Amino acid sequence: MDKGGWHRQQMSCFRKMEKLIVAMQDPDMGIKMRNQRLLITVIPHAMTGRDVIDWLIQKYRMCEEEALHLGGMLVRYGYIYPLKEPRSLVLRADETPYRFQTPYFWTSTRWPASEIDYAIYLAKKNIRKQGELMEYEKERYSLLHKRINHTWDFVVMQAREQLRASKQRRKADRIVLECQEQAYWLINRPQPGAHNILDVGLERPNNFSSRVTLNSDYYKSEIEACRRALGRNRVKSSICLEGFVKFSEQYQNHDPIMQGCLPSNPWISDDSAHWTMNAEMVPTPTRLRVERWSFSFRELLNDVMGRREFMTYLEKEFSAENLCFWQACENIRHGESSRIVEKVEEVYKAFLAPGAARWVNIDSKTMAHTLEGLKHPHRFVMDAAQMHIYFLMKKDSYPRYLKSDLYKNMLARAIVPQETKKSVFPFMRRQRHSSPSPAQAFTQVLEEDGRAQAGTNAAGSHV
Amino acid sequence: MAAEKAEIDALKKECDGLRTKIEAARKAVNDSTMTDAAGGVDTVGRVQLKLRKTLKGHLAKIYAMHWAADSRQMVSASQDGKLLIWDTFTGNKLIAVPLKSAWVMSVAFAPSGNLVASGGLDNICTVYNIKSASPKTLRELDAHTGYLSCCRFLSDSEILTASGDTTCCLWDLETGKQKIIFTNHIGDCMSLALSPDGNTFISGACDSLAKLWDLREGTCKQTFSGHTSDINAISFFPSGNAVITGSDDCSCKMYDLRADQEVTGYQDTSLNAGVTSLALSNSGRLIFAGYDDFNCHIWDTLKGEKVGVLSGHDNRVSCTGVPEDGMGVCTGSWDSFLKLWN
Repeated sequence: MDKGGWHRQQMSCFRKMEKLIVAMQDPDMGIKMRNQRLLITVIPHAMTGRDVIDWLIQKYRMCEEEALHLGGMLVRYGYIYPLKEPRSLVLRADETPYRFQTPYFWTSTRWPASEIDYAIYLAKKNIRKQGELMEYEKERYSLLHKRINHTWDFVVMQAREQLRASKQRRKADRIVLECQEQAYWLINRPQPGAHNILDVGLERPNNFSSRVTLNSDYYKSEIEACRRALGRNRVKSSICLEGFVKFSEQYQNHDPIMQGCLPSNPWISDDSAHWTMNAEMVPTPTRLRVERWSFSFRELLNDVMGRREFMTYLEKEFSAENLCFWQACENIRHGESSRIVEKVEEVYKAFLAPGAARWVNIDSKTMAHTLEGLKHPHRFVMDAAQMHIYFLMKKDSYPRYLKSDLYKNMLARAIVPQETKKSVFPFMRRQRHSSPSPAQAFTQVLEEDGRAQAGTNAAGSHV
Repeated sequence: MAAEKAEIDALKKECDGLRTKIEAARKAVNDSTMTDAAGGVDTVGRVQLKLRKTLKGHLAKIYAMHWAADSRQMVSASQDGKLLIWDTFTGNKLIAVPLKSAWVMSVAFAPSGNLVASGGLDNICTVYNIKSASPKTLRELDAHTGYLSCCRFLSDSEILTASGDTTCCLWDLETGKQKIIFTNHIGDCMSLALSPDGNTFISGACDSLAKLWDLREGTCKQTFSGHTSDINAISFFPSGNAVITGSDDCSCKMYDLRADQEVTGYQDTSLNAGVTSLALSNSGRLIFAGYDDFNCHIWDTLKGEKVGVLSGHDNRVSCTGVPEDGMGVCTGSWDSFLKLWN
C-alpha cells in the first residue's frame, strides 16, 4: 500500500520532534540523567517523568499541563519509553523512570517497519521463553508464519543468531536493548485497542503526482498568469496591516469569545435569551447590532432589519428604487438557474427600461454594457449595473443615513440587555421546587460567582 | 524529445524569472511588519476557554463538521457512515443521515438550513434535503475524478467542491451539472473557504499553495506560497482582506490579499504536529487551529503568539468551527466526540 504521502507529511513532524529530543540530551543544557535501579540491575542514563516535564517547562516557558502534553507526545511516538511499565505509553509527572530511545530504533529511521523484522522479534520472544508472547502477538506470529512462510528458515536463523549474540553482552546492556526493541514494536505494531500513531485515517489514493503534467502547455499558462500577477496593484503593507488591527479593535466588543456577550452566552448560561433578542426580525434590535450597521455598508445590507431601516430612509429621500434594484439583482445572482431569464426580464422592465416605474440612474457606459449582456442573460449579467448602484448608495445615501435622525433614534432606542442575574442559572431554578437551606443557597451563589467570573474573564486581558 | 525538453526548460526559466519579479514587486510594498503594526495593541493575556459541552453519538472518527447559519444547529460527519445534525444548545441529535459511503471527508450546511452535503473517497458530493420527513438525497454530484475533500454551499442553488483531482468546482444544484471548473493547482485540493462578500473563494492544496479564485470568471486571481507541505485548512479573515492557512508543516500563515504577500507565520518549536483545521473568532483576533497532537491551539492573530490551548480530545482534532454569532468554538476529533468551548 502506498504510504508515500504519509511518509512525506509525518517525516517533517518527526524531524521536529527529533530536534527537541536531541536538545533534551544535550550534555550541558539537557536533562540531567542518572542511574535507575530496575529490580537488581542498574540501568544507566535514565530520568524521571518529573525531570522531563520540568525541563520542558523551563526550556519553553510553558505551563505544567502543556509540558505534560508535549512530553506525552514524545512518549507516544516512541522517542522516550517507560522502564517499568513498557506497555503504558504515557508520561507521568512523578518519579516514574524513562529512557531516551536510541536513534537506531526511531520510527523515522527504520521506516517502514518491516514484516521480517517483526517476525524475527516475535520469534526471539517465543524462543527465549515459551508463553512469553501475548495473545495478539501469537495471532500475528501465526499470520506472519503463513504470509512469509518462504523465508521462515531465515527468520528463525536470524532470531537464534541475535539471541546468541545478546547472551554475550553484559546484563545491563542486554536489558536495555530488549527494552528499546520492545518499545519500538509497541509503537510500530501496537496492541489492538492501543492508540496507533501510524494511523493516517483514510488512505487518499491520489498523490501529488501524475495528475497534472508539467509540460509546455502548463508553463505557458503559468507564464500568462505570472504576467497578469506582475501587473496587479499592490497596496502598502503598512496600510493593510493597520486595517487588520483596526478591524479587530472595532469588532472586539462584538466578539463573544473575546468580550463575553449580553445578556449571557447561551452556551454558558443555558439561557437562549441572547438568540431571541437577536433574531432576524425583532421589535427592537440590540445596541450592538445597530452599531454594527455603522461599521460598513455591507454590515447594514447583510442584516434584514438594517436593510428595512435603510429602505425606510431611502423612501423618504425618494431613492428607494436603488435598494430595490440591488436586492432584485442579488435575487438573480443567488437564486435558481431556471428562473434567471424570467427574473432578468422583470428587473429590466421595472428598473432599466426607458420610462420604467422605478427607473435607476446608471451611467450610459454601464447601461450599454448591460443591454448588450441582456441579449444572453446569465446569473451575473446585472453585475456592472448592480455594482454602480451599490457604490452610489455607499458613497451617498449610506453616510447620510448614519447621520440621520432615523438612525440616531434607532441607536438610542436599541436595547442594551441586562446581564443575566445569577438566579436564572439552572442550578438555582431546580432548587426552587425544594426549599433550600439558607446555607446551601449561600454556597451556591458563591460557586456561581466563581463560575460566572471565569466565564466573563474567559478571554479578557488579565495577567 | 530533446527539443521538447529544451522548450520546457526555456519556459520554466521564463516562469521562474517572472516569479522573481513578482517577489520583488511584493517586497517593494512591504514597508511594515505585523509586529510593528500591532505594537500598540493590548495583549490578550492567557486565553482559557472552558469546555461547555461534549456531544457524544458518533461511533467512529469524526472527519468534518460545519455550523448552520443559525449558529445553533451543526452537522458532523463520521467514518461510522453517518451525518448527525445536532441542536448544540440542548445537545440533542435532531437528524441522522445514513451515508452510502462511510469514507466521508467533508460536510456542509446550506445557509438556508434546508440542505446538507457530504462527500469523500467516493468522489461524489451528495446533497440531502433534511427538511423532508426523512432525509432525502437531492443530488449526487459525480464528476470529480478524485476524492472530495471539502464542500461549501453558496445558496440552495449552488455548491462549491474541492477535490483530490486538483480541481475545485462550482455546481448548479438544479441540473446537477458542473458550471465552472477551477483548475490551476498541481496537487490535491484539501480545503476551500468563501469570501464574506461572496464574489471570490480561496483554496489550499497539497502543492503547498493557496489560491484566490473569482467565482464569476472562473480564474485564479492570486497565488500564495510559503508553506513547505500540504495546506489542510484555509479561512478568510473576517474583513475579507486576508487569508489564514494551516499546513502539515506544523504552521499557520496569514496572507494579505491587497499587499499580495505573507504577513505573519504562526509556528512554535514545541508544536510538532500538522494543522488539520482552523477557524477564527468574530473579530479575527483569535485563530483556533486543530492539530494532529490532539489539541486545538489558540493564536493571537495580530501578535503572532500562542495564547492558549483547548485540550481534552483523546485523538487528532480533525475539524474546528466557529458559528456565525461567534459564541464559541467547536472541535471535532478522531476520538468520536465534538466539544464546544468558550
